[in-house]
Amino acid sequence: MPSIQSSNAAGGTEEVHPDVALVNLAKEGDVHAFEKLVKQYDRQVFRIAQHITQNREDAEDVMQDAFLKAYEKLHQFQGNSKFYTWLVRIAVNESLMRLRKRRTGRMVSIDEDVETEEGSMPRELQDWGPDPEMQYGQSELADILRKTVNGLPPGFRVVFVLRDVEGLSTEETAEALGLSVPAVKSRLLRARLQLRERLNRYFKKKNGDAAK
Amino acid sequence: MICSEFLVHLDDLLDGTVDAALRIELEAHMAGCEHCTITVKTTRKTIEVYRSNVIYDLPDGLRERLQAAILAKCKKC
Repeated sequence: MPSIQSSNAAGGTEEVHPDVALVNLAKEGDVHAFEKLVKQYDRQVFRIAQHITQNREDAEDVMQDAFLKAYEKLHQFQGNSKFYTWLVRIAVNESLMRLRKRRTGRMVSIDEDVETEEGSMPRELQDWGPDPEMQYGQSELADILRKTVNGLPPGFRVVFVLRDVEGLSTEETAEALGLSVPAVKSRLLRARLQLRERLNRYFKKKNGDAAK
Repeated sequence: MICSEFLVHLDDLLDGTVDAALRIELEAHMAGCEHCTITVKTTRKTIEVYRSNVIYDLPDGLRERLQAAILAKCKKC
């Protein structure tokens, strides 16, 4: 999305994210401006919620609750971060609350199960070839990718999803999850290596089989 | 450089955030280490395949229904 320029107090110009104007209008009660923000980010919020809750109905509820909470709390958004990063943080918290409800009150956090040695050092050596996903149809591939990413510990999965799937920076991911930048970096490396290891069984070259 | 030292920089290498001097060191290690070369290639592919395939789709009909529900609630705020 292109940014626009605005004058600052020092007489220079600084780039202003287009969301800022929409947020300011929405703060004044312009629901049409907020509608534009919903349409801009609803798919991302839905995906993030589904990745965390692993349940479609929960993801639908989280998407509604996250946008409604964002609308109610817009006056608390100071613009120190991007609106999207702030929204993701709300969506992550709503998703974790939803999981907690489903697990009858058991505490759920993104710190669960991160103490694992899996993936800390790659074991499998087989190469994959340039387009290993071409061995599978679209639906079968999606099943494989879902099953594989869902097998990650929640604290690794959410970092991978925000950073590598949804394209947040390391700093934005840290802000959205309330983690330090080193913690995000550490989890991202482990998540990437674990996924690679797990996808290996589907994507590695078979004997006598050049990559299809 | 040994493999465990190489791995510390794997993410920065994949994200293109290593400086020129370190990149030369990492590439020198890869030139003599098939294990790390395959690790880089397949990890890069792992990221690409997740980025290029939507595994949780939001169908248009459901999307419109959810948008309408959100905005109806906002208007009541």
